[in-house]
Amino acid sequence: MVMIFGVPGPLLLGQLLLGLINGAFYAMLSLGLAVIFGMLNIINFAHGALFMMGAFTAWMLLSYAGIGYFPALILAPLIVGVFGVIIEKTIICRLYKLDHLYGLLLTFGMALVIQGLYRNAYGSSGLPYRIPDILQGATNLGFMYLPNYRGWVVLAALVVCLATWAIIEKTSLGATLRAATENAPLVQAFGVDVPRLITLTYGGGVALAAFAGVLAAPIYSVNPNMGDNFIITVFAVVVIGGMGSIMGSIISGFALGVIEGLTKVFYPQGSATVVFLVMVIVLLVRPRGIFGKVA
Amino acid sequence: MTLSRRTVLTSAAAAAALPIAGRARAQSNTIKIGVLNDQSGPYTNTGGLTSVICAKQAVEDFGAANKGLNVEVITADHQNKPDLAASIVRQWFDRDGVDMLLDVPTSSVALAVQTVATQKNKVFLDSGAASSELTGTHCSPNFVHWTYDTYMLAKSTGGAMVKAGGDSWYFLTADYAFGKQLQADTTSFVKASGGKVLGASPYPFPGTTDFSSFLVQAQASGAKVLGLANAGSDTVNSIKQAAEFGIRKSMKLAALLMFVTDVHALGLDAAAGLSLTESFYWDLNERTRAFTNRVKSKTPNNWPNMIHAGCYSATLHYLKAVHDMGAAEAKKDGVATVNRMKKMPVDDDCFGQTKIREDGRNLTPAYLFEVKKPSESKGPWDYYKLVVTTPGDEAYRPLAEGHCPLIKA
Repeated sequence: MVMIFGVPGPLLLGQLLLGLINGAFYAMLSLGLAVIFGMLNIINFAHGALFMMGAFTAWMLLSYAGIGYFPALILAPLIVGVFGVIIEKTIICRLYKLDHLYGLLLTFGMALVIQGLYRNAYGSSGLPYRIPDILQGATNLGFMYLPNYRGWVVLAALVVCLATWAIIEKTSLGATLRAATENAPLVQAFGVDVPRLITLTYGGGVALAAFAGVLAAPIYSVNPNMGDNFIITVFAVVVIGGMGSIMGSIISGFALGVIEGLTKVFYPQGSATVVFLVMVIVLLVRPRGIFGKVA
Repeated sequence: MTLSRRTVLTSAAAAAALPIAGRARAQSNTIKIGVLNDQSGPYTNTGGLTSVICAKQAVEDFGAANKGLNVEVITADHQNKPDLAASIVRQWFDRDGVDMLLDVPTSSVALAVQTVATQKNKVFLDSGAASSELTGTHCSPNFVHWTYDTYMLAKSTGGAMVKAGGDSWYFLTADYAFGKQLQADTTSFVKASGGKVLGASPYPFPGTTDFSSFLVQAQASGAKVLGLANAGSDTVNSIKQAAEFGIRKSMKLAALLMFVTDVHALGLDAAAGLSLTESFYWDLNERTRAFTNRVKSKTPNNWPNMIHAGCYSATLHYLKAVHDMGAAEAKKDGVATVNRMKKMPVDDDCFGQTKIREDGRNLTPAYLFEVKKPSESKGPWDYYKLVVTTPGDEAYRPLAEGHCPLIKA
């Protein structure tokens, strides 16, 4: 058996694969954050709570309406996305002209309120959500047993992330969006309804978070605190990737998932802090982030 | 409305006078009980508000009003943070006149708070925390460890698994005082029975929800038993994920600390066949059923586990001792109150008859349970079958091995 740094080769490969799976969640969540920050200049601290709402909506659809996992993958992001649109139209749109800090405080407060309401209603222990039958079981890859569901998570995340990147960078809608970020009055003068574009973008970012939530529901128990564990790490990922860069957050998300996975093998106690160590180094060496554009 | 300087100054003076008026009222002979536990994190359902409900039930069952005792129960969330807990407790003792501190899960918090309670000569009855160090080198004359501890769990669950053939272990450990102590206590039982420990994964606590990479390492070690040295939602998540990774096909799971509330969160499909130890189960006998019927309407989604039962039992016994001594005496001297509690035999619907030892250890029985299969469960919360009972005087670490400074050799 090949030993790498004292760890058996197959074990290391297994950990890399698991790191990719975690990275998939980081990538999807940081993508939503990057889109919202890049397009709207809002630091959306409510992202973790919206991720949690996606998971809870999937659970509620199953428990109250008998709607299964695959329809929920589409319905939950839609429902939470509509919620996001409502928040944006009523509360967040008032903050665009103000300092970033106000957006941060407001969304942080929103996150606390949302989490508190869910905790009051459903407790903290967590609710079970079954892996859909078609994705049950595991595949023996030789070096490890990969649960089929986790393989599906990586694939779904990759597809969604690349699709989002393609829409923003390669389509005319995306081009209009990027133009509206750089110079909203000018784009509005061309007849484009910029406020509606912004609202839909926020709804889109929120829907991405909710999609990640539905993917997470069968793996992590559906509980009101599930966003907390991700949100801080995801912010670090966005900073490392570069605050406005879409491809940057996707790549950093997956890469940091892998780095965290490797840390869990060699020094498990440090696995919660390694992402921040990387963030500190990146900020010292290249403050705009690895893929960030100079403002 | 424009605020004139006079309005601001007058209202500030009025606000400053209020706490003084409040404090004067609190000096009367009211016994104040402070329930401090985790109300928002991984241990919310294992303790949380149900503990408060059980404490209040004890006050009601004692008939405090009829016996001329004025009892007040307050509560706070310590969020599993030792420094926050210590400052809440100091405020409670110094400013709010709290006489007895109850529950306090999370061993690192309990150890921190035990020091404060000893300094201020108050009473600390811990139901929620696990570390056997609380009655070992850290023992205190103001303290009683009520419901269970890591040694009792290691001996009951660990001992049973080793007897059933599990002679090689790998631990998944919450990296703080509790997890490390539980791993240490279980390791000594495993080794004493001729077994080996092949490795351990200490993971950051709190905050870890994904155990996949630690579980894969455990599988790669080739051990026969996976020892879960964690609790609450950590245990629930590790068991779920272990099933996902097919670990239960090649390894036995030892849920070293698991409560009926965790089995409820997990569901019988996932939990069936697990062995665990508790010192209370709602369906054990007539008395436990009677107690559960009194509280379950107040906490319908979270039936009492051993921690909640411990809060009830501790409060009831405390009030008996206070009534015996007189409220004024009890409020003045925490050590005297605990000594009186140690002299009086304990008897209640939750644990039956038990005795508090000199080092502060309450000798509750240890019941080894096996979780039922879904087909065997006949009603709500019907989860356990009793396998083995270890009586209280055999379940805990012998006095001589504890190195408690209160015990003269």
